Amino acid sequence: MIDEVFETFREWIDNRHEYAKAWKERTENKVIGYFCTYVPEEMLYAANILPVRILGSHEPPTVTEPYIFAMFCHLCRDCLAQGLKGRFDYIDGIIEGQSCLHLRQAFNAWRLHIPTDFAYYIHVPHGIQNPHAIPYLTQELAKFRKALEEWVGKKITDEDLDRGIKKLNRNRELTRKVYAYRKLDNPKITGLEAMEMVLSSQMVDKEEHSKLLEKLLQELPNRNLDRNPGVRLMIIGSEDDDRVFMKNVEALGATFVVDEHCTGSRYIWDDVVSNEDRVLAIASRYVKRIPCPSKDWPEFTRVKHSVKLAKDFNVQGALVIQNKFCDPHGIEIPPLREALRSIGVQTYPLEFDVTVPWGQFRTRVEAFLETLTGLEELF
Amino acid sequence: MTQVKEYPTELLEIWNDAKQLRTKYYDDYLTAHKGGGLRWAGGAWSFSAIPAGLGKDVYSITGEPHGATIAFFKDFTAKCHEAVEAAGFPRTLCAYMRNYWGSILLDKYILADGTVVDDHPAPDFIWQDHICCSHGKWYQVARWLEEKKGKKVPMYCVDVSVGYSLDQPLEEYKINYIVEQLNDGIEWLEKTTGRTYSDKLLCEAVWNEVKATRLWAEICTLNQHVPAPLDEKSMYSLYVMGTLMKHRPECVAFYEKLKAEVEDRVKRGIAAVANERFRVITDTQPPWGFLKIFREMEKYGVVSLGSLYTYGLIGMWKYRPDGTWAPKELPPRKPKTREEAVKMIVEWTVDRPEWAHFYVPEAKTKMILSIVKQWKVDAVLLHYNRGCEGLSVHIAENRHGLLDAGVPVFPFEGNMGDEREFDFPGTLARLTAFFESMGLKKLRD
Repeated sequence: MIDEVFETFREWIDNRHEYAKAWKERTENKVIGYFCTYVPEEMLYAANILPVRILGSHEPPTVTEPYIFAMFCHLCRDCLAQGLKGRFDYIDGIIEGQSCLHLRQAFNAWRLHIPTDFAYYIHVPHGIQNPHAIPYLTQELAKFRKALEEWVGKKITDEDLDRGIKKLNRNRELTRKVYAYRKLDNPKITGLEAMEMVLSSQMVDKEEHSKLLEKLLQELPNRNLDRNPGVRLMIIGSEDDDRVFMKNVEALGATFVVDEHCTGSRYIWDDVVSNEDRVLAIASRYVKRIPCPSKDWPEFTRVKHSVKLAKDFNVQGALVIQNKFCDPHGIEIPPLREALRSIGVQTYPLEFDVTVPWGQFRTRVEAFLETLTGLEELF
Repeated sequence: MTQVKEYPTELLEIWNDAKQLRTKYYDDYLTAHKGGGLRWAGGAWSFSAIPAGLGKDVYSITGEPHGATIAFFKDFTAKCHEAVEAAGFPRTLCAYMRNYWGSILLDKYILADGTVVDDHPAPDFIWQDHICCSHGKWYQVARWLEEKKGKKVPMYCVDVSVGYSLDQPLEEYKINYIVEQLNDGIEWLEKTTGRTYSDKLLCEAVWNEVKATRLWAEICTLNQHVPAPLDEKSMYSLYVMGTLMKHRPECVAFYEKLKAEVEDRVKRGIAAVANERFRVITDTQPPWGFLKIFREMEKYGVVSLGSLYTYGLIGMWKYRPDGTWAPKELPPRKPKTREEAVKMIVEWTVDRPEWAHFYVPEAKTKMILSIVKQWKVDAVLLHYNRGCEGLSVHIAENRHGLLDAGVPVFPFEGNMGDEREFDFPGTLARLTAFFESMGLKKLRD
């Protein structure tokens, strides 16, 4: 039963386009592609739109060079490549919630070169630590609400927003409950399974996803993974949906017991707290959520959160990954490593690209794991 | 060798003023504490008029020009990069930022003439703004590095990432978002420094800034003349005052004097490049360690008139009703109150041309095409600058836009602040091939 649940998550990721096309045909509603988790999906669900996250395919890039200078991260180029190759030809529009320059570039190149009915950029504030960010984003989202209403030809009521908020909050809460099972000495799920659980939630209807999470939560207490968890690892850094890497590392005698990724815990950690002004409530969530480092200044709040996660999940070591050219994450590597080191968590940095050199990475990760477990067993 | 018309040339009389002003700027920051003054660090785009209200003895060091100065002196740059990489930062980050951090890590400070002195002078506070992914993060890490050396530096950073509107004013709530942050910032400055804030000084500084940044645009407009009175390599030494001290009276005085001199050059037909016969513009920061490439271009009779970067990084422009791109009109009068001054500087700043491309690639293409037309430009050299993601963002789209409009484009890859990423001989070979494809022959060796 549990294996079937994880198999479904996997299938949803592998067949994300087929899923969305079928959903669209079944519901006769619109599907929208979004680039970053700063897009308030609550408002899209309120408008009966299915939001699907645009992510790459990890194939060597061949089509994006004329549109994005290759010094920008592989994620933004890989996302655009999916559009240029026509893989998202079923979506009715694209949205970006301001995060980094890289994804903004993918958004604009898509807007300019791939015909789409609706392209909207939300200027989510960067200064999330200043008190004016929430009122500002509230107005920005009110404008977005109006644009959505005009596009779908229907008023988005407060009841609609409540429905969207509830749907997202429920999915986040259930996912966090699953995450709690990773704190156990013998975690109930692997890091790869956790990644596939969250990733798939960014690609399918949250309602359907939540139903599966509920089933999973019923069965999880009785699950015993037939494997030695080995070293308890954390993975932290840029957007990461490299499932092959996760699988390979966990085959080396380790388990990722927690992550700090926008394809993982950062996506589900914070709920919308209800307020009579629904848009204000949504704005508050996106300002107060665990931030992408692009917005996290002057204080390193995400670093502090990562340290807390490492403690709560009893982490032994952390892989700090940076997508090549991802400045916000790259900038934080030394402060993050120092903070983790201060609580006794050793770290190892890895630079990711559209494909990773597993041969080299394997040697390096093995060496890192050896430093965490001691060298005695070698002799 | 081909014979072409030769224009008279003259050295700029103001050249020594520029050198002295820049030297004094770095010295003032270094020695600020001796006279009881304050020093702050932040970006060239920060709202520098705001800390001016703390007193006349408040001196800044702006990060990008400082990073560029380091880049010009390649031995020191190499040491900075080595220190930053040894500290665990990726080499793909903003090159200016890495130069700046390297200087902190090495505990060295470079003066305008390249003299490197010991003890990097930590600022009393950081005053920054944020539109690029690296802006706030740059100083967050600078603060972290200073703290590791035992110095706690308070930091305030203003979020200006509210978008850009080329044709109509930004919505009021966006303006207010920035205004409110600056009002809070003034209170923060008073609390942080313990000084009483002077609204009178603020009004002076705001008025200086709007005047200085318009004056620079007026000076750039004079380069529409044939022959061009200024070349871009020289302009780098002139526009820099706006990046260092756009709010100071010295900056206004300098640009007023420069404008008079350039007007005189235009009147007398004085050229920057004697054999001018082909006019180009560039884009983004140049590879600072290789400015000699401009001299190589001159051997073909090519003058670089500037760029959206040199014109619009600090200069303020606006489209007129007739569709021409021109210096932005000054506000009707000098501000009299804090409220007026803060609102004025925000409304003035959100039109900064170099903020457009962060959001709307078409806006940048439109401005470059306006320069091409109004400045009589024959080709555009686009620097795909690995050292600055902020100014390189959407550059590939600008290339498309220019090519679609029939403008010859030469894209070249480099790095403004990391010489390891600029292939000078290779770029020169491709550039000369481009010039030859434009029908140019070398005039002299």
